[in-house]
Amino acid sequence: MSGVPARIVVLGGGVGGTLVANLLDKRLGKDAAITVVDPTGMHDYQPGYLYLALNGANAHWLSRDERTLLRGGVDLAIEEAVRIHPDAGTVQLARGGSLAWDYLVIATGARLVYDEIPGLAEGSHGFYSLTEAERLRAALRTFSGGKIVIGVAGIPYKCPPAPVEFAMLLEEHLRDRGIRDRSEVVLASPLNRAFTIESASKIVQPIMRERGIQLETFFNVESVDPSAGIVSSLEGDKLEYDLLVLVPPHRGQDVISDSNLGDAGGWIPTNRSTLNAGGYERVFALGDATDLPISKSGSTAHFEAPVIASRIASLILGTAPAENYGGRVMCFLETGNGKATVLRFDYEHPPVPPEPSRGWHMAKWIFNRAYWETVPQGRLPDRAPGTMPKEVVR
Amino acid sequence: MSQTIVQQLDVQGLACPMPIAKAAIAIRSMQPGDRLEVLATDPGSVPDFTAWCAKTGNDLLEQTEDAGVFRFLILKG
Repeated sequence: MSGVPARIVVLGGGVGGTLVANLLDKRLGKDAAITVVDPTGMHDYQPGYLYLALNGANAHWLSRDERTLLRGGVDLAIEEAVRIHPDAGTVQLARGGSLAWDYLVIATGARLVYDEIPGLAEGSHGFYSLTEAERLRAALRTFSGGKIVIGVAGIPYKCPPAPVEFAMLLEEHLRDRGIRDRSEVVLASPLNRAFTIESASKIVQPIMRERGIQLETFFNVESVDPSAGIVSSLEGDKLEYDLLVLVPPHRGQDVISDSNLGDAGGWIPTNRSTLNAGGYERVFALGDATDLPISKSGSTAHFEAPVIASRIASLILGTAPAENYGGRVMCFLETGNGKATVLRFDYEHPPVPPEPSRGWHMAKWIFNRAYWETVPQGRLPDRAPGTMPKEVVR
Repeated sequence: MSQTIVQQLDVQGLACPMPIAKAAIAIRSMQPGDRLEVLATDPGSVPDFTAWCAKTGNDLLEQTEDAGVFRFLILKG
């Protein structure tokens, strides 16, 4: 060390960016000057939108001031980054000026692009933003029966289990309100099963059958006709609906594409082990922003963050970077009726989800409430990245 | 009917369900009788393409594997 702190800029104050910044500050102290750049300065707990739409959470619980989640040694710039210059080591800001960095972490997440599907914005509801979830909650309050179609309007999308979870929880919600017998619930899947992961589909499909949730397979949404109440697929099928709930298409942020750092979808080509972005030694990416063929989820970012923090710390301290990301992800999957299962997997090990139980539902409930005090600060006990729970290793 | 491959789709490295989603988009702009060649590395694409062709009325003419790369030749129905 020369005594001059290394300048680390983290783009994005979601779970990944916040955790990397806090871990680096904890590890490096005065050896690093860390700035998180975020356009809103607010940190949202996105998994909560699902519950909000079904009346199980309020908006106040789902958002916090990012400043309150960052350690005292981390600066927060409420700014929008508009260009990344990896060779010059700078980030240009929307309001003028730029930030110089020695190490850059890109945690810019995904954006929702409603205009890619004709009729989507006008004809569909959703639960992938606070605004959408509140609108869906209002629509469900006045829903008195009819056909609800749930599906995804583009791939990849965040939190792959969410549409299945929504279908299960919605079915329970309709029963609780006494309007289940007047309602149809249809889950339209892009594949020939309810969920991308086959082992999880084997668990959820019998439950769906038991609860009368219909499965429409190979339904890749092409367009929505709001006036006719019809959603059409690329495969040529049509489904009528009274209430349509679609996950909108996702893309990487404009700053990635505008900086020529993304692929066609705006996702950053990222090394699956080191998490280096675009082949640059001092640039890293994590979370939804990457092009990695794994779930886009907070859990992924959570397990990637310690790897990036460790590798940057090693580079600054002059030791060999040793930690690699093994593709670890852990997601809860609510199955309704107070039960849930859990999906734990990595690049080499597909998940072996346990039978849904009240215990896993309780674990998710506790996680939802403990999130603000544990995950962003790096307080959640963790195994070394890349290792798996014993029962999953084969 | 054309005997040549009209379009090729390289989805190597992409995980489920991306290969199917991209094939659905690609085949949409093709004419009945056209052939689509898909190269994938996700082992799950083997059962997925078989079921997808059956559901969508397209014919899976050939399915081969070479060094971990799965090749599907699909005739648009």
